[in-house]
Amino acid sequence: MSKAWRNDGYAKVTGKARYTDDLLCMDVLHCVPVYTDFVHAKLHHIHTGKAEKMAGVKRVITHKDILGTAWFGQIFQDYFMLATDTIRCNGDVVALVVAASRQEAIAAAKAVEVVAEELPALTNPLEALDADAILVHQSKGSNLINHHKIRRGAPTAAWQECDTILERDYETAPVEHAYLEPEAALCIPRDDGVMEVHGSMQHPFSTRRFVAAILGTTLANVEVITNPMGGGFGGKDDTAAIVCARAALAAHLCGKPVKITYTREWSMRESYKRHPYHLHYKIGLKGTKIHAVECRIIADGGAYTSVTPWVTWRSTVQCCGVYTVPHVHADVYGVHTNNVFTGAFRGFGSPQVNFAVEQWIDECAAAVKMDPVRFREANMLRQNSVTITNQRLDSHIVSTAQVLDAVVSESDFANKVSACSYGKGEKLYGIGLALVYRGCSLGAEGMDFCSAIINAQFDGSILLDVGIHENGQGAESAMILLLEKHLGVTRERVRYNRPSTSHIPDGGTTVASRGTLMGGGAVMNAIRRLKEIIATALHAENGCAKEDVSFHDDRIWFGADSLSWEEAMKQMYLARTYPFAFGSFAAPRVSWNEETGEGDAYFSYVYSCQAVDLEIDAKTKNVKLLHVWAAHDIGSAVNPQMLKGQIYGGIMQGAGMALWEDLHQQAGCIQAKNFHTYRIPRTTDVPKIHISIIENDDPTSPSGAKGIGEPALELIAPAIANAVYRATGKRINSYPIQPKLKGMTL
Amino acid sequence: MNTMIVNREKITVPPAWEKRTLLDFLREYLHLTGNKNGCGIGVCGACTVLVDEVPRRSCITKVETVLGKQVLTIEGMEQNDGSLHPLQQAFLDAGAVQCGFCTPGMVLTSHALLLRNPNPTEEEVKQALKGNLCRCTGYVQIFDAVMKGAEFYRKKEGKTDE
Repeated sequence: MSKAWRNDGYAKVTGKARYTDDLLCMDVLHCVPVYTDFVHAKLHHIHTGKAEKMAGVKRVITHKDILGTAWFGQIFQDYFMLATDTIRCNGDVVALVVAASRQEAIAAAKAVEVVAEELPALTNPLEALDADAILVHQSKGSNLINHHKIRRGAPTAAWQECDTILERDYETAPVEHAYLEPEAALCIPRDDGVMEVHGSMQHPFSTRRFVAAILGTTLANVEVITNPMGGGFGGKDDTAAIVCARAALAAHLCGKPVKITYTREWSMRESYKRHPYHLHYKIGLKGTKIHAVECRIIADGGAYTSVTPWVTWRSTVQCCGVYTVPHVHADVYGVHTNNVFTGAFRGFGSPQVNFAVEQWIDECAAAVKMDPVRFREANMLRQNSVTITNQRLDSHIVSTAQVLDAVVSESDFANKVSACSYGKGEKLYGIGLALVYRGCSLGAEGMDFCSAIINAQFDGSILLDVGIHENGQGAESAMILLLEKHLGVTRERVRYNRPSTSHIPDGGTTVASRGTLMGGGAVMNAIRRLKEIIATALHAENGCAKEDVSFHDDRIWFGADSLSWEEAMKQMYLARTYPFAFGSFAAPRVSWNEETGEGDAYFSYVYSCQAVDLEIDAKTKNVKLLHVWAAHDIGSAVNPQMLKGQIYGGIMQGAGMALWEDLHQQAGCIQAKNFHTYRIPRTTDVPKIHISIIENDDPTSPSGAKGIGEPALELIAPAIANAVYRATGKRINSYPIQPKLKGMTL
Repeated sequence: MNTMIVNREKITVPPAWEKRTLLDFLREYLHLTGNKNGCGIGVCGACTVLVDEVPRRSCITKVETVLGKQVLTIEGMEQNDGSLHPLQQAFLDAGAVQCGFCTPGMVLTSHALLLRNPNPTEEEVKQALKGNLCRCTGYVQIFDAVMKGAEFYRKKEGKTDE
């Protein structure tokens, strides 16, 4: 097996990597948030006098101290940095305490007194759209965040043509990202007037917008510098940016560097979660074909909008899974409640719908007495198929059959299905699978472009900047490996610049599994330009035609002769031509009609299949995962070991969500406050995982690569649910599954 | 006695630190920031250090309880010539590192296991690392790293590779 490589590996394995809280800074002040016990309340007064007099305290900050805007949000600005007149959820922060030491700040935070009038709270999303519902945001006049639709064919008439009809309800739980590093920020008011921001966040450009807005200054006056980040998974966007903005405000007001480091408890209380969904499906079959689907989906967005409209939009596009359905009537709502708000989380609206669809597909197969694999084959999208949004899949290879075949044969699925227990015996055995597709990158959700700078130096070394973020997935390493492959240089020659928002244009957020695709696209473009610049400048001097200049084996070739990069870059400088190239990549155009739900929603798709088998002890009802088989078409593999790491990690994160992770709220308060009560997967939960990588280079991606971060996570939950059914004979239509099983009689 | 040995160096502990946690002492007094605070309640394992070769949760360990003892942190794993310990190299080669926040604790817990048992089964590796959480890797490549890293400990013991 090839050895893995990553540019930040040495620093991370030696403990030298400095995460935000590891940054040492002279005369730094420490800042902590102040929460209240309220879930929904009218805020009257915040008394800071007592806290201000306590030892070490420098300042207590409330909303009155905000210089610029107090309101934030990537889509709709309804999220405040510090509560102004209303508390809308239990995670709301009402004040910040800044002190010489962290202990002093924590002590003084308890002395901040809040006078508020408790209001009745809305915690059930199913009541959010009732006419007499409690309003979370009075000014909006409704709790509706968004309503996405698909109107395809003529579903009302189509029901008459169906010979089998199923109706099912599903429910999914909120999920904690559980990145190992809690949020942190260090902000330094610099002597040149720039606010320098270091933070544990995965969207430096969004963070910069938040910081500039709260300070009432320009983007150019804020520099966000990326440090190693201890996990994100989509969770270090809004909340993490707000933490940075708070530290920046405190630093500005105190004129000194300020650090905020969250405890796990604060992080779990305040940070946004995965959206809990309620899904109702009605499915009609004509023979063995899916003929009509009607669904009504309600996503709990909690107190603030965040990216709920985008998350639920993906759910809408993918609400019928990877299948052909001629008649669809789908309504997907994002609604406000007074629960802790929800936002981006690896998967982004797909795990919830997949959990439903890939279960009812199995049930439909059973209803028409068909093998679940054959039923999928009879209904799945193939090359040139048309999706439920009326998009023809002709721009890339549609590999549903490839991924399904790989998993079915690798797992010996047919034989294992016949060995399933269906509730009979002491050790119950079951196997299940799921087949999905996923739109690449942001789709019609947002701005989708990215840039890269290759700056070769006089001595032949190379500086590389890319507008994407290292979340731990190995994004930087993948970009360096693209230079190795396509510019023909050794990776040692390349230095990935520590990313700064002041050095490269806004590349968007490194979410939606878009880092390798979008960043890689920009790098490929920059490589092409740099080659052109070098070939133009040096070909004559080195006696060959421009077309005969080539780049490989860590040298630059002029026909049969070659120069080292050291020699060639010296020649470039003597020729007074900079070996400097800027490249960018914009995602191909996509389209969407809000009224009909028609459009080319994403420019490309990835295809995935996973199967899992498991054993359930009939007495203890404990589930033990035995094996997982995963097949993923990822376009082109850039860094094979890191790619596998994404798949292993995604599967276990998905398994945690499916089986154990229980973040239930009681009257708007999250009950699990730390890892002792929020059980994420441990080493002893890990099954044998078999991976099949399928590579169909994507023509829309300059590097051929698509993405893997989210595809790896989004389908294991229904595969597990299907396996649990074959083990127990019982359908469990909500996750986490393990606590539900405990309450059942097997 | 108000001293302890940290990474082979004798350290005198100021009295004010004795009641604080070992993690705070290492990070804030000695500036050994390789040891991380992931949960603060001794569950996630990111703060793991070895005390007399046994893994300890430094976030819930009081400094006074380790006086006179030997503490090894991730900073002490490096060889004297600055090169990586073979176990660290195995973590890199196996792709066992993603965000890296759990890595110091994983390396130290694995080191303690392999000192004690240089020939573990995969099941023993899983049991030893049960208290170290990782949210990125799904653990598989961490198991690979420990199994591969074990070769070095076996050689050191003078046993054959097999």
